[in-house]
Amino acid sequence: MAKIIVVTSGKGGVGKTTTSAAISTGLALRGHKTAVIDFDIGLRNLDLIMNCERRVVYDFVNVINGEATLKQALIKDKRSENLFILPASQTRDKDALSKEGVEQVLKELADMGFEYIICDSPAGIEHGAFMALYFADEAVVVANPEVSSVRDSDRILGILQSKSRKAELGENVVEHLLITRYDPHRVARGEMLGVADVEEILATKLLGVIPECQSVLKASNQGVPVIHDPESKAGKAYADAVARLLGEQVEHRFLMPEHKSLFQRLFRRSA
Amino acid sequence: MSLFDYFARRKNNTASIAKERLQVIVAHERRQHKQPDYLPALQKDIMEVIKKYVDIDIDNIEVQLDNQGNCSVLELNVTLPDKLPAARTGSGR
Repeated sequence: MAKIIVVTSGKGGVGKTTTSAAISTGLALRGHKTAVIDFDIGLRNLDLIMNCERRVVYDFVNVINGEATLKQALIKDKRSENLFILPASQTRDKDALSKEGVEQVLKELADMGFEYIICDSPAGIEHGAFMALYFADEAVVVANPEVSSVRDSDRILGILQSKSRKAELGENVVEHLLITRYDPHRVARGEMLGVADVEEILATKLLGVIPECQSVLKASNQGVPVIHDPESKAGKAYADAVARLLGEQVEHRFLMPEHKSLFQRLFRRSA
Repeated sequence: MSLFDYFARRKNNTASIAKERLQVIVAHERRQHKQPDYLPALQKDIMEVIKKYVDIDIDNIEVQLDNQGNCSVLELNVTLPDKLPAARTGSGR
């Protein structure tokens, strides 16, 4: 049985696509056959983050409309053996995703032996975002420690609990909270919401905390998911989050400000 | 950390303001979204009925559904105007 995981947030720009790329790559690196689907119809970006933008021939909507087979549309990742990407369409027709069509594609992926299907949701709470979360077994809700992002995350959690297929069946979507762009120094100074605050407000179990880290932009510049950078804090934090998603007990890191020695201050090397 | 830092920190703790504001708005919005879909339509129908007798605005009617354990309470609040205008339908007042 394939496990369907939606990466969602409500608010835009909080790191859904970065997270989708990192988590799907992490699962594949751990030996699980994984597919990652871009649900952002009209504004696809996952292909760029995963460096396969020039290999897109057919897309998600082509498959739904029967213009291409799923096998033709899936792009095999060059770096990880078990990873495949299904790019979003650039069509402007936002309703191109039908519930039946999406269900069919998910079912076909499961039949092909995929263990994990990661759905990269668009921002907002409209059709595309709804389609991305509707069939989910689990949800990774990405939030920045910032008021509008936390509020929107709460809204998305409400939708998961009332409008998803699991909810319609009287079951629950397993919810995970992933806090990104976390700056422990600012938290210590009382300038930023802390992990415990966000966890308390959203009442959702913490999957991971990704610290604000220069390696994230460097990774997207090159189209290499940040989890491939095992030296970076963000890469390590994403690897931890993937391990927790697989049921392992891993302690949270990078929650406290680091005290730099004089030597480190003089020869500052940014991870 | 000096004593001065400690007080400066207390004063500039905007994170705690953010937390308080979020707790209030999130609790409010959760209550709203838990309400059934038919509530706005119900509110409109009730208003139509009341309007037959008293001239009021839709903002003066508040319909709320509260879940208390295994029983739900439908609360209806109607704010009547200070001076009751003559009833439109001429109900003999």
